[in-house]
Amino acid sequence: MTTLHDAPPAAARPRPPATSEHGDRSGGSPVRKALAYLSLTVVTLLVLVPFAWMLSSSLKRDNEVFAIPIQWIPEELRWSNFVDIWERIPLLTYLGNSAFLSMTITLLQVLTGSFAAYGFSKVRFPGRDALFLAYIATIAVPWQAYMVPQYIMMQQAELTNTYWAIILLQAFGAFGVFLMRQYYMSIPDDLCEAARIDGLSEYGIYWRIILPLSKPALASLALLTFVNTWNDYMGPFIYLSDNELWTVQLGLRSFVGQYDADYAMMMTGAVVSVLPILVIFLLGQRYFIRGIATSGLKG
Amino acid sequence: MAHVATQPAPTAPPRRRRAWRHILVGWSFILPNFVGFALFTLVPMLAAFALAFLDWDSYSTPEWVGLKNFQRLWADENFHVALRNTLYYAAGHIPLTLVAALGLAIALNRKLRGVAFFRTAAFFPYITSLVAVAIVWNTLFNPTAGPINQILEALGVADPPRWVASTDWAMPAVIVTSVWRDMGYYMVLYLAGLQTIPKEYYEAARVDGASTWQRFWNITLPCLRPTTFFVLVMLTIQSFKVLDLIVVMTDGGPGRSTLVLAQLVYREGITEGKFGYSSAVALVLFVIVLTVTVVQFRINERRSAR
Repeated sequence: MTTLHDAPPAAARPRPPATSEHGDRSGGSPVRKALAYLSLTVVTLLVLVPFAWMLSSSLKRDNEVFAIPIQWIPEELRWSNFVDIWERIPLLTYLGNSAFLSMTITLLQVLTGSFAAYGFSKVRFPGRDALFLAYIATIAVPWQAYMVPQYIMMQQAELTNTYWAIILLQAFGAFGVFLMRQYYMSIPDDLCEAARIDGLSEYGIYWRIILPLSKPALASLALLTFVNTWNDYMGPFIYLSDNELWTVQLGLRSFVGQYDADYAMMMTGAVVSVLPILVIFLLGQRYFIRGIATSGLKG
Repeated sequence: MAHVATQPAPTAPPRRRRAWRHILVGWSFILPNFVGFALFTLVPMLAAFALAFLDWDSYSTPEWVGLKNFQRLWADENFHVALRNTLYYAAGHIPLTLVAALGLAIALNRKLRGVAFFRTAAFFPYITSLVAVAIVWNTLFNPTAGPINQILEALGVADPPRWVASTDWAMPAVIVTSVWRDMGYYMVLYLAGLQTIPKEYYEAARVDGASTWQRFWNITLPCLRPTTFFVLVMLTIQSFKVLDLIVVMTDGGPGRSTLVLAQLVYREGITEGKFGYSSAVALVLFVIVLTVTVVQFRINERRSAR
């Protein structure tokens, strides 16, 4: 399992001259060290108990989920739950739909976001900063305050119940521009100047110098966007009514409504919906943390 | 080196033409994103203001009615309930998440082997889907046989709360779930903040004989003030717009005990098709968030000036 590295200091702050007070306790006595591990383990267990409950319940018979006293490890592990669930709901369709939406939106967000961020950070032109302020301002406005006008627009354009509604509304967010600009600001302008003198066009500088340099930031943006889209509930909930178009989140939610008492199955579904995210997270968690620490914002 | 480019070379085009070129190049970079952003974020945002002053149901033609929607709002009991519940949620979610995130960050800001694993684990709830979170916590909170009530009974609580099935305890259950989910995210921000505090401060304090508590109170907290301010602003915005967690976990119930403003916007606007009226609710929501944020900035400025 890969592990989470030290979170970098937020952008625009100087690199820390040293670690903070708890950082230099590692050389303490063995007792102190053991106590530190003990406290870390207790805290982490408390955070992870709901996941343990989810996993344990997904391997039970339905009537064992609420057994008294709580059985953390079921007597018989029912792996068959993970086979049965594919027959109960069209999970493959849902997973495919989620993957399609997440990938399309991520691709558009990364492409247009990084392109615009170059314009906002490396090209000087009048009105640029005022325009960027408009981008920033929208991040602070709750989406819920304008979801109705968005809905009316989509309804008028007859795009409700299509993927177009979700893609158009989520692919051009201010978040990607903001995150990428934060990163580009840390790349020295001298680098671009040198390239300009060598006769490279602005597009060439973006494509051949800035983009290759910004791989970590691109990875952060791509991962954050992908996971946000995969986990999004309200977007598909508002716009997608046809069962064939549903994402995993919608499918799982309706499954809960339909089979309200089938707790073991519900948990199995939850595990299946979380697994892809777990894999992606473990592969790229460094970039998640970096993205959050530099932007401090969620889409 | 920057002055080289601004110095007009003998063959360079006149200044004005070059300025135009800059504008064209700049816009060409921004345009692909800006078209989508303007059309699907800026325009709806501006439209939301205008809509609040219209009488517009999905079937009728829009009509300008001035402040009528707001008068109706004032008399609407649902609005009062939703406003109270939103404040309740914020009053629970903001301080609890802040304290939990700070506690986690301090506990995990050590140079111990394997600490990275613990950080990863603490962050994971944040990227877990809401539907899965809701399913798991709803069964944990199950009033008859859920683990939480089993533990409470084992601890001697004779009549444990009925959580999501009770009008008094549904909101606390939602708050606990949301704190569990969000604390890892703010923990990352606090970890970044903690790493900017110079070690020398602590060494000096230790030489002076300051206790752990004194060091926390007099060094860690003051040095983290910029981070705490940022976390507070983000948490406030996030709390007032809470919607998805409520929709998935309780759908505003039981009764109206977890109905929040954002959900009222959704119900009136998208379910009922009362575009004008729901936009009035949305405008109130926006004004509240804006006011609280501006107040927070003012207080922060005043403190920084000291």
